[in-house]
Amino acid sequence: MAEPKPKEVLLNPLFNDNPIALQVLGICSALAVTTKLETAVTMAIAVTVVTALASASVSMIRKWIPNSIRIIVQMTIIASLVIVVDEVLKAFAYDVSKTMSVFVGLIITNCIVMGRAEAFAMKEGPWLSLLDGIGNGLGYSLILVVIGFVRELTGSGKLWGHVILPLTRDGGWYEPNGMMLLAPSAFFIIGIFIWVLRTVKPAQVETEG
Amino acid sequence: MGRDSTLGTLLVALVLCVVCSVLVSSAAVLLRPLQEANKKLDKRKNILAAAGLVSTNPADKKATPDEINARFQARVRRVLVDLASGDVVPDSEEHPYDQYDAREAADTQEGSVEIQTDGPTNGRDRREKLAFVYLVMKEKNDEKNDTKNNGEVTQYVLPIYGKGLWSTLYGFIAIDADGKTIRGITFYEHGETPGLGGEVDNQSWKNQWSDKEHPKLAFDDQGNVAIEVIKGSVDPNSDEVAHQIDGLSGATITSRGVSDFVQYWLGDDGFGPYLKNQTN
Repeated sequence: MAEPKPKEVLLNPLFNDNPIALQVLGICSALAVTTKLETAVTMAIAVTVVTALASASVSMIRKWIPNSIRIIVQMTIIASLVIVVDEVLKAFAYDVSKTMSVFVGLIITNCIVMGRAEAFAMKEGPWLSLLDGIGNGLGYSLILVVIGFVRELTGSGKLWGHVILPLTRDGGWYEPNGMMLLAPSAFFIIGIFIWVLRTVKPAQVETEG
Repeated sequence: MGRDSTLGTLLVALVLCVVCSVLVSSAAVLLRPLQEANKKLDKRKNILAAAGLVSTNPADKKATPDEINARFQARVRRVLVDLASGDVVPDSEEHPYDQYDAREAADTQEGSVEIQTDGPTNGRDRREKLAFVYLVMKEKNDEKNDTKNNGEVTQYVLPIYGKGLWSTLYGFIAIDADGKTIRGITFYEHGETPGLGGEVDNQSWKNQWSDKEHPKLAFDDQGNVAIEVIKGSVDPNSDEVAHQIDGLSGATITSRGVSDFVQYWLGDDGFGPYLKNQTN
């Protein structure tokens, strides 16, 4: 592998090497927190912060991490960061943290964070790892925001809590699509997103056989 | 000493653990006061919202923390109630109000009793013996210096909780001073499906509980708990219209849970004795 360029490291994960669409990592949380745009954005920011800091710190101490316990070391760092993020949310964005409840804690199990720590940060320097973390976080954020946008709009007729499509039950005209509020709809949207992305960039299509 | 030697591995693990635990615990300690304040404020906001003193309507301007605290202090008093007898337990050395937490008490052996009722329950096995009731006082008229109104209760805000589909819902229900008219309901903590059971937070659904033109009555003429969340919509011509609330569509179990625990808390094993004491 040639020496990675900072700009590529930061921007590639958005479309060329998207963690959800191409690496298919971190799907679970993409289903859970995307019924509303606000929670999706908060989750996106939280994951980006955790991924960036985790990659940077793992990279900083990579020369001292014994090979036999490297996964545990990464987990410990990630878990600590997630708890800190959770505490910060509870202190400064209480209403949002209430709706996200357990899913903040579940960032620990988000494969993107550990995937990047193991695949990138263990080999590269802290600066590049930080950019790689931010880039992958943003790639994840992009998908989350798109799904959150579609689900909140079609499922509740709202965006960011503001009514866009007045619902029939409130005297409007829009009959909400209840399925959009359930987890499977996020699968469909991810599927469509991957389809569109691979139509635009055919290089991402896996060869058969 | 190599990094892959046993000693090196132990050393790295140890240092890492110490660093991480310092990080986590200092975050927890430093942010604790802010978090506690948020929780308290959220509870206060919900008590006021149940009583209709702040709007939770997203279209309206949000009340600022200062407004909430000021209004809460001006209008709300709390009393600790022995649920079994319905008597008020005064703030004393034995029962300091500031340290009592009903939710903690419900988990302890001495602070709770087994739920024994033939009627609907809140889905739990035990409930706390003592619970706070929040009294909403009549607004003081400072200009006329009218002290006659002091001490007059206009609403009782009762804490309620019970099982829905996924989670325990925690909230408040406000009952008028007449002891039977429902003035409002709110939930401040639950984990129901957003958009389905989570619609207990929906303002237009909650508005049914606080409808001023067609108020909902918690009890029937015989004094039995009658309020019920039904499946589907309430027929406006039905005789029971004053005791019925529309079910949440797509959330049968949450609706039934809410119906059951509201009935439970208003009933004889809940705040029933207290409410009767107040109105007799």
